[in-house]
Amino acid sequence: MSAEPAGPSLLEARDLVKHYGGVEALRGASFEVRHGEVVALIGDNGAGKSTLVKCLSGAEQADSGEVLIDGRPVTLDSPTAARRHGVETVYQDLAVAPDLDPAANLFLGRELFRTGLLGRLGMLDKAEMRRRAASEFARLGVQLQNIDVPIRSLSGGQRQSVAVARSVVWASKVVFMDEPTAALGVVQRERVLDVIRRVRDSGVAVVLISHNMPEVLAVSDRVEVLRLGRRVARFRTAEATLEDLVGAMTGALHQEGAA
Amino acid sequence: MSTSTVEAPATRPERTGFGRRLVSANTFWIGLVLVGLYLGFSVLAPSAFPTLFNFQTLLIEASVLLVLSVGMTFVIITSGIDLSVGSVLVFAGVVGAKAMEALSPGHDATSAGWGVIAVGLVAALTGGAVWGLANGLLIARAKIPPLIVTLGSFGAALGVAELVTAGVDVRTVPQALRRTLGYGTSFVVVPNLVLVAVVVTVLGGWLLHTTRFGRYTYAVGSNAEAARRSGIGVTRHLVLVYLITGLLAGLGGFMSLAYYGTTTISGHSTDNLNVIAAVVLGGTSLFGGVGSMLGSVIGVFIPAVLTKGFVILGVQPFWQPVAVSAVLVAAVWFDQRRRRTQDRR
Repeated sequence: MSAEPAGPSLLEARDLVKHYGGVEALRGASFEVRHGEVVALIGDNGAGKSTLVKCLSGAEQADSGEVLIDGRPVTLDSPTAARRHGVETVYQDLAVAPDLDPAANLFLGRELFRTGLLGRLGMLDKAEMRRRAASEFARLGVQLQNIDVPIRSLSGGQRQSVAVARSVVWASKVVFMDEPTAALGVVQRERVLDVIRRVRDSGVAVVLISHNMPEVLAVSDRVEVLRLGRRVARFRTAEATLEDLVGAMTGALHQEGAA
Repeated sequence: MSTSTVEAPATRPERTGFGRRLVSANTFWIGLVLVGLYLGFSVLAPSAFPTLFNFQTLLIEASVLLVLSVGMTFVIITSGIDLSVGSVLVFAGVVGAKAMEALSPGHDATSAGWGVIAVGLVAALTGGAVWGLANGLLIARAKIPPLIVTLGSFGAALGVAELVTAGVDVRTVPQALRRTLGYGTSFVVVPNLVLVAVVVTVLGGWLLHTTRFGRYTYAVGSNAEAARRSGIGVTRHLVLVYLITGLLAGLGGFMSLAYYGTTTISGHSTDNLNVIAAVVLGGTSLFGGVGSMLGSVIGVFIPAVLTKGFVILGVQPFWQPVAVSAVLVAAVWFDQRRRRTQDRR
């Protein structure tokens, strides 16, 4: 029942190895995501999920193995490099600037300048950024009463939504989301899952790292399972059960050829 | 982007009205305090306090501090601190004065011309920039806490200045410089020293509030890791911020030279604290990410108005630091309370 993905892969990792001192976090891990799908990346604590995401989003570099985007090998030596390839990441700790307003956070590192001489002197087009931010938030269903208050005065869910929107808006190929719903209430969680579906429907692939199996089954198209630094199983979500997923994570279920 | 899912009932976010933003701003309240102080002293001493001469001296005496506080505002918004500004100011003044003396016959720069003065200005600015660069590299590259780095340069810059001069103030400052920048006026009533300070402050405010450089300054102070992940060159940015602060301290040194006609080596040991107090008084948060240039201007003038007012009223001027310190501690307390109520977790 190994679910070999059909069609060309969008982003692929082959045999990644990553050591932290004496600890082998990845031992030849492979991973694949295709156009327009939501792939859940699951595994027990210490399976290497976060390390794999870091290697694929440019935050860390693997010691060996290769990463391919659209079938071509690429070097992702910084988050900026990954972003240039259309790969964005929502980090678990959000990584927003709490003192800046939502629009400023959305455009952080990608500011729009005024036209003409003032723009060339570095002057920002705040009105245009605010306008575009408002329409992006509306499109993604992010509800904010005010667009010019610092993020720190927003609720946890709103802050999360801004962090998610910040990655989603700029991603042209893949968005990694590391536990995007971990700290959220039921309603907010639904909202984030809704955003994930919207992103998928727009043709951008989503990689969801989650411990929440019902959530994984609800939103993903495929599931890839990591265990002890290697891929041990892949499922089509429609054909998988909770028992399959848990079995693969704990090592009770073996899938030939998944690694 | 196509959306096949059901549209969430997303309300379009609104902008807060100008009035509400004004009243909720720290700057507004601290500005009211300044206006209140000014009016209060004017009422208590109607013949002496609200005069043109008093206003001019008030501005002149605050000019150098204002220039320093422009740089300090950037530094504190990055959640850093710069204790070295006063010493760097002295160092830059000494370097500028020595350079001008070296180019003058008999090492007396009193009658030196504009060519020599220009060299002196460049020397002072360079002297300030070098210390700023050193601070920036040690803080951003070597990752030594800014408090320690600038405490080091606070001592070292003054020490080097004293080594260069053997502890004796340089007193031959070009008359041409003193007449113009020192106590000359433009537009009939505007002291030139004040003019320079205003230009620097306006440029600083423009840079901080309207440009990408300013926005990155806030971002770095708010969450350096988030800034780094957004592709902002945090190290480079911090180095530039400290470099600008050093450069402005250099300019302050040259202005001080023009005004006092001597290097005033021993007169700047508390500049750092005065400038930090002014910036924090103006609503810039020591935790970083929050602050404004207008606030710093107000913060510079509150102690200045207090001093002037006390002198005119015959109150012992020693009350000034007491009053300023009380306001300062209160301001920080309010800032912390505001942050705690805003932080919704």
